[in-house]
Amino acid sequence: MNQVQLFIQIAKAQGIARRYFVVNGFDGALTMLGIVVGFYFSEGASVEVALSACIGAAVALGMSGVTSAYISERAEREIELRELEQAMVKNLGDSAHGKVVRFIPPIIGIVNGLSPLLISLIIILPFWLPVPLFGFRFDPFEASIFLAFLCLFLLGVFLGKISGSAWLWSGIKTILIAGTTALIIYFVSS
Amino acid sequence: MILLKRVVLDVLKPHQPSGLEFAKTLAECGEGYRVHYTVTAVDEKTETVVVAIVGEDIQFNVIAETISELGASLHSVDEVEVINVGESKQN
Repeated sequence: MNQVQLFIQIAKAQGIARRYFVVNGFDGALTMLGIVVGFYFSEGASVEVALSACIGAAVALGMSGVTSAYISERAEREIELRELEQAMVKNLGDSAHGKVVRFIPPIIGIVNGLSPLLISLIIILPFWLPVPLFGFRFDPFEASIFLAFLCLFLLGVFLGKISGSAWLWSGIKTILIAGTTALIIYFVSS
Repeated sequence: MILLKRVVLDVLKPHQPSGLEFAKTLAECGEGYRVHYTVTAVDEKTETVVVAIVGEDIQFNVIAETISELGASLHSVDEVEVINVGESKQN
């Protein structure tokens, strides 16, 4: 068993990282959907302004994800280490458990930060692309909203797969959440 | 030359890594090591285990270091079996 596998097992990091990936990825996708839908329903919003707003939000989500997960994970793991040290009546700083406190929180932070950032960048991809693309004409706002729904559906499918439940129903549930969000934004902004 | 062939250790360890991984990691300390792992008591955060290791030439220091790296404490060495193989093995 190599060191990384040992740390991951001690920290139970695989499940935690997966949870953070989905939770914050969902946050990122829904935030982008909200911003793009808001611009779509507000008459005359330019692609450049929407793109700037979306990039700003994506970077903020990424930074927030990295720092919040790192700080909270580090604090939780230090508490756990102290409790374990009391039970073991020894200092565990040089053991695998001590290394987990230093090694795992940055990884969890990166997963938590990259997840919304990458999903956001995928969703706003149509704003970067030239129109028409290979002769195909599309509305960047509508294409972006479609990608947001697709990302949310895939996150739902992923959750359904790992929980062993019906993946299609899980994907549909996230689509319904996205649809409800878009409707609320429509009624609020009109 | 004296070779350590078998040692039985009383160890206090955290629940993680699991007994399976703990025993595997100890077995990785030397080729041909056979590890027998028995849990004798379980507490809220720790468990007491008896680890019996059998091998041709057990490196006790490596075993002790590995136990410590895994966050466990070596409480006592309960049984030891050694053999004198003479001087020939030294070369």
